Amino acid sequence: MHLTVNGKSHQLDADPQMPLLWALRDVLNVKGPKYGCGVAACGACTVLIDGEPMRSCSVPLEDVQGEIITVEGLADTDGTLSQVQEAWMDLQVPQCGYCQSGQILAATALLKENPSPSSEDIDDAMSNICRCGTYPQIRNAIETIAAHNQKQEG
Amino acid sequence: MSKTGKITRRTLLGAAVLTTGAVAFGVYAYRKPHENPLAASDGDKQRSFTPYILVDAENTITIIAPRAEMGQGIHTTLAALVAEELNIPLAQAKVIHGPEGAAYYNRTMMEDGAPFAFFDKGLLPELARDTFGVAAKFLGIQGTGGSTSTIDAYDKMRRAGAAARIAFVAAAAQKWQVGPETLQCQNAQVSNPKTGKTLRFADLLQDAAAVELPESPRLKSPEEWTQLGKPQQRKDLREKVTGAPIYGIDIDLPDMLYGTVVLAPHLGGELVSADKAAALAVKGVKKVVAIKSSFGHGFGIIADNTWAAFQGAEALAPEWQPTSAAADTLALRNAHSDALKTDATFSMGNEGDAAAVLASIPSGELVSADYEVPYQAHFAMEPMNATAQLIGTKLTLWTGTQSPTLAKYACAGALGIENDDITVHTTLMGGGFGRRIDNDPALYAALLAVHTDGRPIKVTWTREEDSAHDYYRPMARARYQAHLSQSGKIHAISADIASQSVIGSFMARNFPSLASGGPERVVLDGSFDQPLSAENKAFNAHIVPTTVPAGFWRSVGYSFNAFFQQSFIDELAHAAGKDPLAFRLAHLTAPEHAPAVHLLKKLQEISAWDKPRPAGTGLGVALTASFGSWVAQTIEVTHEDGEIKLQNIWCVADLGIVLDPRMVRQQLSSAIIFGLGQAMEQDLTFSDGQINETNFDSFTPPQLYQVPPIHIELLANSPTMGGAGEPGVPPVAPALANAIYAATGDRHRSLPLGRHVAFS
Repeated sequence: MHLTVNGKSHQLDADPQMPLLWALRDVLNVKGPKYGCGVAACGACTVLIDGEPMRSCSVPLEDVQGEIITVEGLADTDGTLSQVQEAWMDLQVPQCGYCQSGQILAATALLKENPSPSSEDIDDAMSNICRCGTYPQIRNAIETIAAHNQKQEG
Repeated sequence: MSKTGKITRRTLLGAAVLTTGAVAFGVYAYRKPHENPLAASDGDKQRSFTPYILVDAENTITIIAPRAEMGQGIHTTLAALVAEELNIPLAQAKVIHGPEGAAYYNRTMMEDGAPFAFFDKGLLPELARDTFGVAAKFLGIQGTGGSTSTIDAYDKMRRAGAAARIAFVAAAAQKWQVGPETLQCQNAQVSNPKTGKTLRFADLLQDAAAVELPESPRLKSPEEWTQLGKPQQRKDLREKVTGAPIYGIDIDLPDMLYGTVVLAPHLGGELVSADKAAALAVKGVKKVVAIKSSFGHGFGIIADNTWAAFQGAEALAPEWQPTSAAADTLALRNAHSDALKTDATFSMGNEGDAAAVLASIPSGELVSADYEVPYQAHFAMEPMNATAQLIGTKLTLWTGTQSPTLAKYACAGALGIENDDITVHTTLMGGGFGRRIDNDPALYAALLAVHTDGRPIKVTWTREEDSAHDYYRPMARARYQAHLSQSGKIHAISADIASQSVIGSFMARNFPSLASGGPERVVLDGSFDQPLSAENKAFNAHIVPTTVPAGFWRSVGYSFNAFFQQSFIDELAHAAGKDPLAFRLAHLTAPEHAPAVHLLKKLQEISAWDKPRPAGTGLGVALTASFGSWVAQTIEVTHEDGEIKLQNIWCVADLGIVLDPRMVRQQLSSAIIFGLGQAMEQDLTFSDGQINETNFDSFTPPQLYQVPPIHIELLANSPTMGGAGEPGVPPVAPALANAIYAATGDRHRSLPLGRHVAFS
């Protein structure tokens, strides 16, 4: 089986039924995507497949088509963080941090599709669960980027 | 070797003290400091200064923050205590959890067990706190809980920083043959302004290590602080936005095996059948082993990867004997109702004679109400897990735990090894909320490691196992009764609270060889210890005998008693024809209630309490004093098209001293959203001895779209320092119920409120 993760190509021998999440974590040692529920209900395992946010705990390996980006793949090779990661740092979004790789990828996908989302757009797109309740900080970070993007356009 | 928990006689004595409240220890033994767990690594390359500071030959300063980092930012704030007095910028220090050790015991956590309101500083309460504090030192339990980390560390860790600074200055002074007062110490170096000479801490390592550290160095006054009292950047941010492998579940060791557990339902009996052959037939499954312990029993699966272990557990499909205990929600509710019909198990905080007064008044003139809350599970985002490696009698654990000491006890007892044979690496945690004070994940990993021939094994629970084998916030029922005077003041009030014993349940699994029992404040927390002036008060606990495992859930007893009492106070205000906020103010007449008066007045102002709002809009208020802190909240809701929408939440809090205002605000905001969970939709029900809501599709915490703007103000009128993690939770549910009443006229007396109304 063949997977492209964060620009790197991998050949792996695994059960085709194995969810992508466990292949990433246990076989390829990519630990950014997190296990939270196993039923696509919490979003901690979110990865991007060809830019689309997908809950990797419920995607069997045999169904994976396209390039996978995990949170480890967002920063430049020189360590420069992405715009979303920067905003997450500046506004100190994470508390326990466990859900944040999923939140960051969900926000990345939202902002790519819609550089200045409205409050309702954010409500609709950001459905990942955070038990620490960092939602106000997540909203603030996305709105800050949206405002910045709008200024750039204007 | 005893199979029931590895505890020394000293510990046993302490635990007995913990449960009975009696104490008689030698003063000498008490004064003797605990051994420094860092001393073992002292040498040419590295030196420890107190149990909190390591300095190495490269001049790297490592601060030990010996409390569980599960999101609160505690590693950052504790490190800032040391950095402030060591005179180094926090950014210059590395922060680690460090090893387990009695030196890191949590005194405040146990002092808070004394059955008094935190603002009651009378002789008896203070004596009781001292007694519990002495017991804490003898027990030497390192633990995180009860919002105590900053309070407990406040003096200890500032003293550590100051003592180390003094030692480095003294070493430099001796070297240069000058008075220490002529030198400056900053950025981990000592300099002489007269000569311009500078020495790094690393250059002074051995000389400073020879200096006897002062026990009570002078500490800076808050006016001198340059870092404390100001927002600090969290030390763990970069790791958390780049997906670094920092949690227990991310542990990856050479030659590591993977595993999971499949345990008997909590209330279940013995095994009927299990398909071992089917489990072993799953590709990657290596072994199926039996687990037996005071925490639970069932099976462990050992495999090549986590997914194979999960598949093996599913294939094993064990069936268990049905339970004889109350096994469904209806039976549990009945058990609570029945408990209220029997005599109280104990009472706390009684004043006057509420029972006699209330009995003397015709029932038509009384205000009464019954309330109820269901069980709650923790659902920390990171499911339970631990990694263990057993080589001979030496056990190494990697686990996110709120008490590495209790992890050692659990494993030593079960494996028949010594506490000193165990090394615990405490990882960062994907949430805890009280769940990780119990160490069954470490215990099960250790039990599986017995079968792996020295290879490490990481044991990850499925979400369903995590929720089905939680230690729940118990169900509780309350009956409140009161009589109002002619002037509309509370003349007499009584509360009867039925719930199970959290401490009893915790002790039975953690210290099965110790008898426990007797009054414990948890059941009544948030009732007897609240600021409420009334002539006649009674608070009675009715302990419900049930085998449902109970544990510590963010704000514990306050999480239900605040709902009961603050809902009832609201009902009394309306019965008296008074404004609910003014009614509360009228019952805050003692001098020690002053911080609460300030809170309510501030809240009145910032939430525009007195401004008329349109029909269908309601504002509810609640006030609680918990974990040393005062918190009041108002919630604004609108009622439109049959749906309730949260519009705003205002929160005013008084923690006395605030070490990091941004972190405190974030903790309050976090606690509010945690409180919204139990207030709005999170239900936990039982059928056939098992919980029904085992995953996030049925146990539904708030999502981003449901959380309205939260406005937080901090005041500082409280004379003592309070905790930050929990005090924001209790007022949320009653403030929301009171707001819904204001908007709709409907009074809802049970949680979650989503049972009664539709939230948009």
